[in-house]
Amino acid sequence: MDIPTNLKYTKSHEWVRLEDDGTATIGITRHAQELLGDMVFVEIPQVGRKLKQREECAVVESVKAAADVYAPISGEVIAINPELESAPEKVNEDAFSAWLFKLKPTNAADLDGLLDAAGYQKVLESEAH
Amino acid sequence: MLIFEHSRPGRRNYSQSPATAAEIRNIPQNLLRKTLPLLPEVSEMDAVRHYTRLSQLNFSIDTQFYPLGSCTMKYNPRVCNSLAMLPQFLARHPLASEDTGQGFLACMYELQEILKDVTGMAGVSLTPMAGAQGEFVGVAMIRAYHEARGDYARTEIIVPDAAHGTNPATAVMCGYKVVEIPTGKEGDVDMAALKAAVGPKTAGLMLTNPSTLGVFEKNIAEMSKIVHQAGGLLYYDGANLNAILGKVKPGDMGFDVIHINLHKTFSTPHGGGGPGSAPVGVAERLLPFMPVPVVAFEQGTYRWLTEKEIPQSIGRLSAHMGNAGVLLRAYIYIRLLGAEGMHRVAEFATLNANYLMVELSKAGFEIAYPTRRASHEFIVTLKDLKEKTGVTAMNVAKRLLDKGYHAPTTYFPMLVPECLLIEPAETESKQTLDAFVASMKEILAEAHAQPEMLKGAPHTTPVRKLDDVKAAREPDLTWKQSS
Repeated sequence: MDIPTNLKYTKSHEWVRLEDDGTATIGITRHAQELLGDMVFVEIPQVGRKLKQREECAVVESVKAAADVYAPISGEVIAINPELESAPEKVNEDAFSAWLFKLKPTNAADLDGLLDAAGYQKVLESEAH
Repeated sequence: MLIFEHSRPGRRNYSQSPATAAEIRNIPQNLLRKTLPLLPEVSEMDAVRHYTRLSQLNFSIDTQFYPLGSCTMKYNPRVCNSLAMLPQFLARHPLASEDTGQGFLACMYELQEILKDVTGMAGVSLTPMAGAQGEFVGVAMIRAYHEARGDYARTEIIVPDAAHGTNPATAVMCGYKVVEIPTGKEGDVDMAALKAAVGPKTAGLMLTNPSTLGVFEKNIAEMSKIVHQAGGLLYYDGANLNAILGKVKPGDMGFDVIHINLHKTFSTPHGGGGPGSAPVGVAERLLPFMPVPVVAFEQGTYRWLTEKEIPQSIGRLSAHMGNAGVLLRAYIYIRLLGAEGMHRVAEFATLNANYLMVELSKAGFEIAYPTRRASHEFIVTLKDLKEKTGVTAMNVAKRLLDKGYHAPTTYFPMLVPECLLIEPAETESKQTLDAFVASMKEILAEAHAQPEMLKGAPHTTPVRKLDDVKAAREPDLTWKQSS
C-alpha cells in the first residue's frame, strides 16, 4: 500500500501533515477508510475547541460502523473541512487529501511520538496477522 | 406499494352499505375540522390484502431459518401466546387493586423467583422494557451502590472491545468514562490489560459471557477476583445466556448484576415484532437499589413493593409492570420447559452451533477461532475469500436470501474482518442445518466461478440489492402524494 512519506501517523490510523506555518492538518488513513467502507457522515470538532493528545475529537460513520477519531497531538482547532458535511465520500475517494480539521499545536513534544511512513507500515503489517 | 397508493377518494369499508354520516353533537362547530385528514381510503378487503401481501414478502422465523448471531432467533411457541392472551390477563387494568389481580401477580412473582434461581442472584426486578434499558438499570444500580457508600472516586467502567456497542453506550449514559480493554488472539479478555486497567477509579466491569466472539471466557473466576479486589462490581450482559441456561449461574461466577433478554433466551417475539423485555438480577448488596415495582409474597398474598418499601430504588422504568404481556409469555415458556428443559436448551443450542461450525469448516469456510469450541454461536471470516475473489461477507449474506435463508449477522463483532456471526438456536433440526450448509457450499463455489453474479445478489427477492450508502446519506422517509 502506498503510504505518503511526507505525512506522520498514529497507531489509531490518523495522519498529520505539518504545514510551513506551524499548523497541523489531520485526516484518517486510506487503511482506516477501507476498514470502515462507504462513509455516510463525518462529525468534526468545532473551531476553537482545545484538544488533548489522544482525545476523542471526531466521528467517522460508515454503512458498517461509527468510529472515533483521536487527536494525534494536542492543539486548538483552527479550521474544519467544509466539504465533508455534504460529501463524506471524499474520505473514501482520497483519504490522504480529504482532511478533517487543522490544529494549532500546543505541545511540540507530541510531534515526536508520531510514526513516519515506515513505522505506520509496520503497524499495518502487525495488524494483518 | 404503500397503502396510500391503494387509496381512492371516497372508498370506504363497505361500499354497498347504506351511507351514513356520523352525527356530531357535543363538539362546538368552530372546533370541527373543515377538511378530511389525509388517510388512505381503501376497502376492508384492500387493507387485508395489502397487509397479508406485505407479510408474505417478509422474512421471519415462522417462514425461514434465521441464524442471526447474537439475536437468538428461536421458535416462539404458540401456546405461550395463546395463554398470555387469556381475557383475564388482557382485560386486567394495571391500576386494579392487588386483590383482583392475584393470578397475574403470582405469575410475576414466580417469574422473579425462577429467574433468581437461573441466574444465581438474590433479587430480580422485571420492569426494564428492552435489553438496553436493562443495561442502563444495571449500571445505574452500580452507581447508586458506590454513591450510597460515599465513594465518588469511581468514575470508570471497563468494557472489553468485543462487547456489544450498547455496553459502552450504557456506561456513558450513566455518566461513566469507558475504559476499553483488548481481546487476546484466542478470543478471551486480555488479562494483563484488565489488571492494568483496574484501580480505585473502577466502578465496574461489563462482560458478555459467552462473548460476542462465540467463545466461553476462560478466566471468569480470576476476572471476578481482580475487579472485586479493586472495589469494582461485575456486570453480566445476559445477551448470550442461551448457551449456559441451566448449566452455570452468573451469580456463582461472582457477578453482582445481570440483565436477561427475555426476547432472546426466553423465546418472546422480537426482531421488529418485539417488544423487548430485560429483567435485571442483583446480588445481595444491590437489593436496596432495584427498580420498582417488584412483587412480594407475604402471608399467602401477592403485593407490589414500591418506593415506599425500597426507598433507595433507582426508580421506575415504566408506568406499570414493564412489558407485562411479554413477561407472561416468558413465564409460560419457562414453565413449559421446567428445569430439565432449560438444560436441554443450552445443550441443543451449543450442539447445533458446534455441528454447524464443523460442517461449514469441512465445506471450506474459515472459522475465526478454530481452536475454540463454539458457544451457541460462532464466527466465519471471509477475509481470504475477499482477497481471492473480491466477494465480501455482505455479498454472501445477500446471496443467502436468494437461497431462502435470513442472513447471519454481518460485520459484527468488528474485531474479525469480513465476518458472519452465525447462531442457529436450539429449535432447528439437523436437516435444516444440513440444507443450510449445502447452500453455503453452493455460494462458495459461485464465489469462485461467478463472483460478479454474487456481487449483484440478491436476485430473487421482492426487493433487489439496495443502495445502503445512498439510503444512509440521503434518508428519505416520508411518502408524498405525487400530483
